Amino acid sequence: MANIKLSEDKINVIKEIAKSFGNKPGEVINVLHQVQGKFGYLPAEVQEVVAHELNIPVSRVYGIVSFYSFFTMEPKGEHPIDVCLGTACYVRGAEKVLDAFARELNVQIGKCTADGKFSLNTLRCVGACGLAPVAMIGDKVYGRLTPDQIPGIIAEYK
Amino acid sequence: MINLTIDNKPIQVPEGTTILKAARMNGIDIPTLCHFELDGMNFENKPGGCRVCVVEVKGRRNLAPACATDVMEGMEVLTHSARVINARKTVVELILSDHPNDCLQCEKNGDCELQSLTKRLGIKEIPFKGETSTYRKDSTLSVYRDMDKCVMCRRCETMCNKFQTVGALSGVNRGFQAVVAPAFEQNLGDSSCINCGQCVQVCPVGALTLVDNIADVMAAIADPTKKVVVQTAPAVRVALGEEFGMKPGEIVTGKMAAALRRLGFDQVYDTDWSADLTIMEEGTELLGRLKKALAGEEVKLPMFTSCCPAWVAFYEKNFPDLLEYPSTAKSPQGMFGAVAKNYLAPKLGVKREDLVVVSIMPFLAKKSERAREELSVNGDADVNFTLSTRELAHMIRQCNLDLNDMPEEDFDSPLGQSTGAAVIFGATGGVMEAALRTAYEVHTGKKLPRIDFEETRGFQGIKEATIDFDGFPLKIAVAYSLGNARKLMEQVREGNPNGYHFIEVMACPGGCIGGAGQPYHHGNSDIIRKRMEATYREDAGKPIRKSHENPEIIAIYKEYYGEPCGHLSHEQLHTHYFDRSDKVEATK
Repeated sequence: MANIKLSEDKINVIKEIAKSFGNKPGEVINVLHQVQGKFGYLPAEVQEVVAHELNIPVSRVYGIVSFYSFFTMEPKGEHPIDVCLGTACYVRGAEKVLDAFARELNVQIGKCTADGKFSLNTLRCVGACGLAPVAMIGDKVYGRLTPDQIPGIIAEYK
Repeated sequence: MINLTIDNKPIQVPEGTTILKAARMNGIDIPTLCHFELDGMNFENKPGGCRVCVVEVKGRRNLAPACATDVMEGMEVLTHSARVINARKTVVELILSDHPNDCLQCEKNGDCELQSLTKRLGIKEIPFKGETSTYRKDSTLSVYRDMDKCVMCRRCETMCNKFQTVGALSGVNRGFQAVVAPAFEQNLGDSSCINCGQCVQVCPVGALTLVDNIADVMAAIADPTKKVVVQTAPAVRVALGEEFGMKPGEIVTGKMAAALRRLGFDQVYDTDWSADLTIMEEGTELLGRLKKALAGEEVKLPMFTSCCPAWVAFYEKNFPDLLEYPSTAKSPQGMFGAVAKNYLAPKLGVKREDLVVVSIMPFLAKKSERAREELSVNGDADVNFTLSTRELAHMIRQCNLDLNDMPEEDFDSPLGQSTGAAVIFGATGGVMEAALRTAYEVHTGKKLPRIDFEETRGFQGIKEATIDFDGFPLKIAVAYSLGNARKLMEQVREGNPNGYHFIEVMACPGGCIGGAGQPYHHGNSDIIRKRMEATYREDAGKPIRKSHENPEIIAIYKEYYGEPCGHLSHEQLHTHYFDRSDKVEATK
């Protein structure tokens, strides 16, 4: 067994969120949702503290985090990129767009760039199928993308 | 009551009964794989996931999982129609398509539920070919994990979380990557696992098995420079016979001693002897604490038993604030080791490091207890190797012996004689009863009016009683399963509102007789019941039934230890505990 180290501020954030759900074990998904909202991701230490606050085994918390694709243990970049791989985007070449992002940023899908500026993920449908293929950077939606546009788009954020 | 027919047989069962239970109550067997129940012990795993138990219900479009479907009035169930058999075979074929084909070398060969299901359904080939899932192998000192063989029945997870409340295992990831694993997929040894091994006992296949130490013991026996002695735990003798086709509950004490001699052990001793010694130490410690409490001194009560290593590991990890409550007495395995290395070795004319102490134990946690640093001297462990009941059976078969053919032999002296009090250590409530028999007589100076304490016996998860100690009302509790122990520990943490003085805990179902190293019971709790009956039968048949009347125990105090809880016994027979809990440390 190990000592779990986490900054006091972060522990307090988790405590606050757990408390707002009455520290109930049944609220674990809601708690994780909000905690990820605050930190952007759910590293092991954070899951340990969530488990502690809700009085459930950390194996159960990890079981949930690893099951739902919404939860992530990887930090998100300053500018999180999500490429839609829904049916409409996919048939209009989303995969090539995704590859272009990966190549341009030299990053694997699901990971964050070394400088912490960008992270690359995929999602299923943002409800803008008319603009397919679509990607989101932060809250901004980019439509009708082609691979050759990607370097220019990245440059906007550098 | 609900009326229905199963395979055209009209039957009547209470409302809320599943089709599976209704069938079994009426002598109709439906095969299962993931479903697992320990009747009367509050353990049931029915995720309804494997679909092996599907049955046809007239008027229902799809097949119904019998384990997870309640009966309804007028239901017509068919358990072996062509449609059912076809579906059942396909289900098993699909499971087999992602299962290694290494039955010949598998630890569970001949004892595997998937193997027997395959045979029962007459599956001769696997029509589905494709990718198979692989996962890294992992091992603690007690449990070996090979998740390639896992069929995702989740029995281990239910055992770990619901029965033991240890919470080491959980289903993680999803789809083809799904696996039962500890948090963050760390090694089991780094998790909250306490090595009770009950996951191994309930695993239907070879995904979770024991760590096999037979080769180590064979090598020690073959080494001419070593003297190898063996001790056998109380619960082994009421279960070992099952491995040789005997009925559950046969007592094989004498045959086992004979077999051990033929395997080449130099001396064959009995952990029952050190169980009597444990009672002397633990009983004296309890009386000491009670006397202090009555004198108004600050003292930790209730006292907890400390013989079960899974339980010790559990409170070290979960209740570090209560480390002063358990008895400091070592377990009988630990005490035997200490006596063997300190007292016996010089008697046998060998150096401590040339005496190899082997123990035969009904549980897997003893393999981890053995390796605890404080139970060794200069790197030489008091107990060098621990084998489970199943490993002993393997070893006997490997050496071309059959337990059935063995004569009845006695243990060697001086660490071989034992009382009925020691025998019952193997069953839930037994340590408590044994301690009461001695503590009462030592405390009151009077003969016990009755030796049998019925209130500590039986399969209830938590038993409570108040025992009249010559005017003093001694409040006791007995629990098996760490889930029940947790309930009692939480009470103690809250100030012990029930005023308990003494609490016994065993991790396994029904106590050590249901240990993870015992022959597989495959969910048949009657087998555990039979072992318990045998335990009390053996006790009743013993000429001496109280630990403090064991002549070999009286002798060793006279010759060597002086008195229970004296200076030397504190040094050799008592131990200490460590805070092994997870801690959250706040950094800046």
